[in-house]
Amino acid sequence: MQVDEATVRRIARLARIRITDEEAKALEGELSGILAWVEQLDEVNTDNVPPMTRVADMKLKKREDAVTDGEKADDIVANAPLTEDHFFVVPKVVE
Amino acid sequence: MTDLTKLTLAEARDALAAKKFTSTELTQAFINAIEAANPHLNAYVLATPEHALAQAKESDARLAKGQARPLEGLPIGNKDLFCTKGIRTTACSRILDDFKPTYESTVGQNLWDAGAVMLGKLNNDEFAMGSSNETSAFGPVVNPWRRKRGGKADNTKLVPGGSSGGSSAAVSANLCLGATATDTGGSIRQPAALTGTVGIKPTYGRCSRWGIVAFASSLDQAGPIAKTVRDTAILLRHMASPDKKDSTCVDLPVPDYEAEIGRSVKGLRVGVPKEYRVDGMSAEVDALWQKGIAWLKDAGATIHDISLPHTKYALPAYYIVAPAECSSNLARYDGVRYGLRVPGKDLIDTYEATRAAGFGKEVKRRVLIGTYVLSAGYYDAYYLKAQKVRTLIKQDFDKAWSNVDVVLTPTTPSPAFGFGEKAGDPIAMYLEDIFTVTVNMAGLPGISVPAGLSGEGTPMGLQLIGKPFDEGTLFRTAQVIEDAAGRFPVPERWWA
Repeated sequence: MQVDEATVRRIARLARIRITDEEAKALEGELSGILAWVEQLDEVNTDNVPPMTRVADMKLKKREDAVTDGEKADDIVANAPLTEDHFFVVPKVVE
Repeated sequence: MTDLTKLTLAEARDALAAKKFTSTELTQAFINAIEAANPHLNAYVLATPEHALAQAKESDARLAKGQARPLEGLPIGNKDLFCTKGIRTTACSRILDDFKPTYESTVGQNLWDAGAVMLGKLNNDEFAMGSSNETSAFGPVVNPWRRKRGGKADNTKLVPGGSSGGSSAAVSANLCLGATATDTGGSIRQPAALTGTVGIKPTYGRCSRWGIVAFASSLDQAGPIAKTVRDTAILLRHMASPDKKDSTCVDLPVPDYEAEIGRSVKGLRVGVPKEYRVDGMSAEVDALWQKGIAWLKDAGATIHDISLPHTKYALPAYYIVAPAECSSNLARYDGVRYGLRVPGKDLIDTYEATRAAGFGKEVKRRVLIGTYVLSAGYYDAYYLKAQKVRTLIKQDFDKAWSNVDVVLTPTTPSPAFGFGEKAGDPIAMYLEDIFTVTVNMAGLPGISVPAGLSGEGTPMGLQLIGKPFDEGTLFRTAQVIEDAAGRFPVPERWWA
C-alpha cells in the first residue's frame, strides 16, 4: 500500500496531530513501508476464522447498576491546565 | 557492612525478618546507590527518597512488632506507566507534563499493601512504545552492561531493552530489589534478556490494568522484573489480584508461586517450535537454545519438536492491532482534562498543536498507522484481518498444549545493541520483539531467564511460554535453567 502525502495529511487531521511539511514527507515513506510489510497477512487464509475477542474463555463481568464512585469534582479537575468552578475551560466552540 | 543493594529480594526479606538490618538502612543504601548511578544510567525519572524513607519507617515499626506483611520493607522501583497517587506520572511522554494522579494503580496498591517500599518512578519508552528505551521524553537509559569487541573493552553505550528499560537497568545495576514493568509485545521479557535479569509477563487478565497508562488494551499486561526467578515469583504473587475496576481481570485466586521454586520438572513435556529458527538468528543464540534444551533434559524433562505455523504472522498482525488500539487510547490526550496544553486559535487547533508538541516521533507514527487502519473502508482489511490471524496464532498454541506443557525459545534474536544502531529503521526495531510478541497475541504467560553470555560478554535470555494461568510451571522450569546457567550480575560497577 502506497500512502501519498495527501493521505498522510488526511490521517494526521483525523488523529488531530499537526504535522510539518517535512514530517509529512518523511511519514509518507515510513507509513508506506510499514503498510507494505503488514501486507504479508494477505497470504493467510482467514475465511471462516472468527476474530479474537478474548484470551481466556470468560464471560464479561456484570455488576449491579448502582453508583459506586463519584463526588470528587476536585480530583477530576485537579490536573486540568485551565478550569473555572469545576469546569474545564476550552476555546469558544459555538459562535 | 556488606553491600545491601547486592542482595536478592528473598535474601533481603529473610534478613529483615531475622533483624540483621532495618528497612531504613536497606532503603538508604538504595537511595545512595540511585544518587550515584542515576546521572550515568538515567534509570529513574523521579526518585522519591522521602516517600521511601517514610514507608521504610512504617515497615520497621511493623517488623519490630512482629506484624510484618509479605513484602515488608523491601524497596522496589515503579515503572512510570503506573499511576501513583500524588506523585508525578508521565508514561515518559511530554504530553502528560506534570500529571499527578489522584489515585493509585491496583498493582501498585497491592504492592504497598503488602509492605513494599517505593524508591521512585522508572524510565520507559514513551507510552511503552519501543524496544530500546530510546523514545523516552526523559532521554535513553544506559544498560549497566558493556560489551567487549575483539577481546577489548568497548565503552559504546548499550540499550537496556524496552519498553521497561528503566526497570531492567535498575534491577541489574542494584538500584532496587525488583521492579514493576509492563509488556505489550515483549516489554518485560526483552529488557530482562538484555540485562541479565528475570522478567515474567503473566497471562492476560492475571494482573489488573487499572491505573496503568494504556497502550494497547487487549495486549497490555503488568509483571515484575527482578534478579532471580524466586524474586519474580514473590513479586507477581503480590501484584496480581482480582479487581472489580478492570473487567478483563480474572476472578481466579492467586497461587503461591514461590512454592513452585525447587519442584522437579521430571516428566515435564517441553516443546521446541521449529518456526522460531528464523533467518538472521545468530549462531550463539541458537547454541544457547540448545543448551537450554540439554539442561531441561538433564533435569528429567522430555523434549518434543512442535510446529506453530502462524508464528511469522504475529509481528505484522501486532503492528496493526497495537497501533489501532493505541490510536484510540491516546485520543484522550486533548490538552483539556490533564497534561500539556498548547493554546490554538480554536478548539481543534488547540488539540492539534497540543498533540504535535506533546507526542514524540514513534508515538505519532503509531497513532497515525492506527488511525489509518481504523479509518473508513479499511477496518475489515486491517484490524479485523489481524484479529482473525490472532485467533490462528492462539489455535497453534491450543493444539500444541495437547502434546507439551511448556514451550522453550530464545527471548531475543540478538544481545544488547548500541544507542542509535536500530533507530533509523522502524521495522528493524520492531523485529526485536519477534520471539516475544506471539505470546501477547495469544494472551499467554511468558518468562525470560538469563542463560548465558554472548561473544561480546553481554547477557542473553531464554523464554518459556506456558498455558493460560499456568505461571507456576514457568517458575518451576525457569528455576531449573537458573540453577544450571547460574546468575548474571553486572561484572563491573563502572558508573560509581
